[in-house]
Amino acid sequence: MTAPETNKAPAMPLMQVAEAQTVRLVEIRGGRGLQHRLAEMGLLPGATFTVINNHNPGPCTISLKGSRLILGRGMVHRVFVTPKN
Amino acid sequence: MSDKTLTIALAGNPNCGKTTLFNAITGSRLKVGNYPGVTVEKIEGTVTHNDTELHIVDLPGTYSLTAHSIDEVVARNFIIDEQPDVVVGITDASNLERNLYLCMQLLELGVPVVIALNMSDVAKARGYRIDAEKLSALLGVPVVPTVATESEGIDDLLETVIATANDPEAMERLRLPNYGTEVEPHVKELTAYIAGKSALARRPRWYAVKLLEDDDVTIKHIKELCPDDAEEILARGLKLRSHIESICGDSTEIILADRRYGYISGACTEAVTHTVEARHDLSDQIDKVLTHPILGLPIFGVMMYLVFQLTFLIGGPLSEMLGELINEDLVGFISSHWEGDSLLRSLVLKGIITGVGSVFMFVPLIVLMFLGIAILEDSGYMARAAFIMDRVMHKIGLHGKSFVPMLIGFGCTVPGIMATRTLESKRDRLTTIMILPLMSCGARIPIYTLILAAFFPTEYRTPMMCGIYFIGIVIAVIVARLFRATILRGEAAPFVMELPPYRMPTVKGMFLHMWERIWMYVRKAGTIILVASIILWALATFPRKTEFDQDYDALAKVVQVEIAADVAAIEAATPADAPAAVTEKSKQRIAQIAQNEADRLAEIVGQRESEKLQYTIAGRVGKFMEPVVKTMGFDWKIGTALIGAFAAKEVFVSQMGIVYSMGEDVDEKSVELQTKLQKTYSPLVGFCIMLFCLISLPCVATFAVTVRETQSWKWGFFQAGYLTVLAWLVTTVVYQVGSLFL
Repeated sequence: MTAPETNKAPAMPLMQVAEAQTVRLVEIRGGRGLQHRLAEMGLLPGATFTVINNHNPGPCTISLKGSRLILGRGMVHRVFVTPKN
Repeated sequence: MSDKTLTIALAGNPNCGKTTLFNAITGSRLKVGNYPGVTVEKIEGTVTHNDTELHIVDLPGTYSLTAHSIDEVVARNFIIDEQPDVVVGITDASNLERNLYLCMQLLELGVPVVIALNMSDVAKARGYRIDAEKLSALLGVPVVPTVATESEGIDDLLETVIATANDPEAMERLRLPNYGTEVEPHVKELTAYIAGKSALARRPRWYAVKLLEDDDVTIKHIKELCPDDAEEILARGLKLRSHIESICGDSTEIILADRRYGYISGACTEAVTHTVEARHDLSDQIDKVLTHPILGLPIFGVMMYLVFQLTFLIGGPLSEMLGELINEDLVGFISSHWEGDSLLRSLVLKGIITGVGSVFMFVPLIVLMFLGIAILEDSGYMARAAFIMDRVMHKIGLHGKSFVPMLIGFGCTVPGIMATRTLESKRDRLTTIMILPLMSCGARIPIYTLILAAFFPTEYRTPMMCGIYFIGIVIAVIVARLFRATILRGEAAPFVMELPPYRMPTVKGMFLHMWERIWMYVRKAGTIILVASIILWALATFPRKTEFDQDYDALAKVVQVEIAADVAAIEAATPADAPAAVTEKSKQRIAQIAQNEADRLAEIVGQRESEKLQYTIAGRVGKFMEPVVKTMGFDWKIGTALIGAFAAKEVFVSQMGIVYSMGEDVDEKSVELQTKLQKTYSPLVGFCIMLFCLISLPCVATFAVTVRETQSWKWGFFQAGYLTVLAWLVTTVVYQVGSLFL
């Protein structure tokens, strides 16, 4: 069975994304509660956002649908993204 | 139109200007929201518009109506239980998509909704053009642009709200989000099924959606509402839920959230055009420095230092002045104009004024502390501070947001505990509440001041004061870690938070913000402490001893006679024509003797008061407790004062004064009390008193608010119990070890 993902760049954790880069959310590795809470804040698989400040290993500030969210150390290695385009 | 009262609820995300809009509508003097969850209590106001009375309720700021945090549960329970006539969904128009998410859930709740596009001036400045009519048509609800800060669009909003409340077809026009071909049929199926259950028929779609989301609170709710059918309903929900998950390959609640955002995105594509995005440029630059992983922490340290400097440098002298005003001028005035020895006089002077007055005295400190916090909140820095502290707090098993309640706790524990509502994880919240009393609150300052002034030289006082604050923090850290490893096990919730853009705090905004917290403190003084002071006064007064072991009046007489004889002897020995030096000498001696007389008389009065006190309930309890407090170097008198400290920590000082019978006007600056303490106890005991007061069981108000906020007596008693046991253990060890060396 061929994975449909092959033509896409592999997902990487948010902590590796450079500043000013726009990315697409692939998945959040965490419990259901966490995923749900973030989804309701707009961090859904498929959502695109721009990284504003990224101090590896955190914090990371992102611009999502016109607002700024800050993600802590515990988060930046749970959020997996691919570059947009 | 109608003359009945309409109930209008205001719902919206944090930072959408909801509280500003509330103030603009009601004209009430309340605070401006800037930090998630500033609306800690249910805030209400009433306004009359075109002969219709509107009862406005400000709900806590939330991102959704899922039961993630207490705020969200509060908001949705209000809508479900109180059934407001209209819910106004307030949105930050410059951040519309994320704000409309909550509005989608409001629509699903089956209440008439009006959407306010707040901050529409900001949206315009940022290049967004929103077609309100088109948006209204797409969502099936009225949409009104407003600018709360300028009070624009308020009349329009109120008229729309009243029209909607009186429109019987408002509900039919609602356009609910459609969950798409894969999910929507299942939602419809479950909705139709639930509509058949009369207890749930009022909002079947809401229950259907929440059931698919596996929402705990809803499941509990359904079990309560229809206990007979609950099992069947839940089974249906579960079946459809797993069905949806097998088709879409993701958890149902994520799919539903995704579809809602999809629906919103569709509506916004049609109704919103947007040219440039320049909202955060400056904020981003500032954040580069302030949230920097290395620079962030020291900058934060400086900010905290400034807040404490502001509080103690300016607040300290103000507090002293107020204390003098109450303890000397007011008490002096009353006691000189109201003579006698009646019970009522004693109640007013010893009970009410010393008890309540000693709390009011610290209002300037609390005001400045909360002013500092309000500046940090209104400027937008507090969200960053919470974030910076997250790294530190994480190490002790707490969440960055726990830091804000802890900071408030240095002012007063009660609003601190209420501010924990923003914490999503129950364990994070409970841990924070449990350790909050260890943050030295303003009420403990008088105790520290009394002890430091009595036992320690001036140059040691400031470092020792800082030291006791530090000890509190260290114990809090240890306790927090211990709890997170045992009874409240689990990892702290990962940190994700919205950063509002920085803005210049307005004087009005800060004032309003500060006022609510101060009000909580003053109200505590006016209610709980008033009652507690009266009770404590009664405990320290009754039963009254009428037959004394010794005849104190006779003893006093003896002293007076003795002194009079001495004076007469000196006068007789000094001839009228003696040289000036001799006359001067005998004058001095007479003055000395008079002083001696006063001291001895005071001692007799003291013995008498002490005997009286031993006979009262407080005295008996103190005596009874003596073996327990003895290990800490305390005697029964301190024990009695510690009982008083339960009403409010600062009562310890006035209670100590009563115990040492300094008369009626005692405050921590009372030199007589200081000397008395010095004579009776060692500095080690003094330090032990500070330590015990820092750790031991919190005041009644803290206990009450803990019970209310955790909704369990268990946690209230646990908090009081563990703190007292810990205080006893720590103080005993310090005293016993200290005694070996000193």
